[in-house]
Amino acid sequence: MSRKTLAGALAAAALALSAQAAAAEDLKICVEGAYPPFSETTSSGEVVGFDIDMANAMCAAMGAECEMVKTDWDGIIPALIERKCDAIVASMSITPDRAKVIDFSAKYYNTPAAFIGPEGTEMTTTPEGLAGKTVGVQRGTIHQQFMEGEFPEVELKLYGTQDEAYLDLQSGRIDALVADQIAMDEGFVKTDAGEGYAFFGDTFSIPQYHGEGAGVGVRKGSDLAGRFTDAIAKIRESGEYDEIQKKYFDFDIYGG
Amino acid sequence: MSELLDYMPLLLGGALTTVALAVCSALLATTLGLLGAWGRVAGGRIARGAVFVYTTLGRGIPDLVLILLVYFGGQRLINDVGEGLGLPFIEVSKFWAGVAAIGVLYGAYLTETFRGAWIAVPRGQAEAARALGMPMRGEFLRVTGPQALRHALPGYGNVWLVLVKSTAVVSVIGLDDLVGLADKAGKSTREPFLFFVAVLLVYLAITAVSDRLLAWAERWANTGQDVGRGGDGPGGRRGKPAAPAQEEAA
Repeated sequence: MSRKTLAGALAAAALALSAQAAAAEDLKICVEGAYPPFSETTSSGEVVGFDIDMANAMCAAMGAECEMVKTDWDGIIPALIERKCDAIVASMSITPDRAKVIDFSAKYYNTPAAFIGPEGTEMTTTPEGLAGKTVGVQRGTIHQQFMEGEFPEVELKLYGTQDEAYLDLQSGRIDALVADQIAMDEGFVKTDAGEGYAFFGDTFSIPQYHGEGAGVGVRKGSDLAGRFTDAIAKIRESGEYDEIQKKYFDFDIYGG
Repeated sequence: MSELLDYMPLLLGGALTTVALAVCSALLATTLGLLGAWGRVAGGRIARGAVFVYTTLGRGIPDLVLILLVYFGGQRLINDVGEGLGLPFIEVSKFWAGVAAIGVLYGAYLTETFRGAWIAVPRGQAEAARALGMPMRGEFLRVTGPQALRHALPGYGNVWLVLVKSTAVVSVIGLDDLVGLADKAGKSTREPFLFFVAVLLVYLAITAVSDRLLAWAERWANTGQDVGRGGDGPGGRRGKPAAPAQEEAA
């Protein structure tokens, strides 16, 4: 073999290698494992849940090979910054403080606020529909701001904890209760105490009150933020998103 | 309770990680402690100064701070140096970061333990050995060393027990030790107390076994000695006849 052909063969091999690398990019995704049903650890030590299914679907849409890296919540941002993983998919809310140190994709879900009341209630979630009613809300939360901003005429009853509000709903002191939909679903509606109560009307997800939702965290300046945003749009279009969310929730958690 | 049974194999794996972490850390700590005590007792001014800085820092830094520093700070250092040299990404292992942090911290405590044990051996013992013509090595291995070991063991046992509990902090960097896994399992099944009670029992079991082994080691080290009374002195076995006399007096 002449020197030229050898060099040519090597160059071809190198090209083939780099082409392969581009075809199957390896990404490490930091996941958490202690936030059911989004992320939980099974008895075999595997992390499963909505976040993990989302991460896999997004990776597939991007054409990347993804490996899940279990990381404790407290160390998840340092792990990203120190390149122990390339992205965080752990129900991390997009907040201004976090945006100072890492970049975010667009949201992949935003749990909306919702109302619960006695099953079969005739109340609706409009200012008229709630006129003359008393609505319970946890003090100092985004939900209080939301009620004061959007339903200024409705009488509010403020509670220190969500559990006190549930008790008062059961005892009939309030007509309805507004809070995070998943928190109420898991913490009340689906429990024995929540028998006879149900969600009614619309759900609300207004950025001004409810934040921007949960996004994929990536290192500052990484092009992954945009690519994850595109991947989210892609799986929402293809219906894959709905299929995954149906496994976990009986309502739309993407938010408006 | 059925959740606990489901997660039992996982938790046992976590308990093994905890024990492995504790044993590796203790080996590192013992090595550092011996070196430190040696430097402090026999070293020159520089060695003594270095050991003084080490024990002061080692006993002054919280384990949580050091582990975060080693795992994340160490990773940044490796990243920066690696980038400068054009090396590929090298990952700091969670397990060895934990061993390094805990080993270094408890090595500082053990330095003091070993130094105290060494000082507690009466100088006359070494002098007597020398007077009998024993070489340095023989003097250490057969006279002063075994006596220092006897003094060191109770303190060493204490440090070991604290070290075992200290390994729980590695769960902050995501190492799947007993505490980290129990925390995740508890949150996943919404039964946190069940899992933490199980963790408590496992730690108690580790401590109980350690206690037994340490008691055995102390008995072995004290062979031929009147345990805890500093040998055949006035308070020792030969001093016993004095006791009935005291009773009579009372």
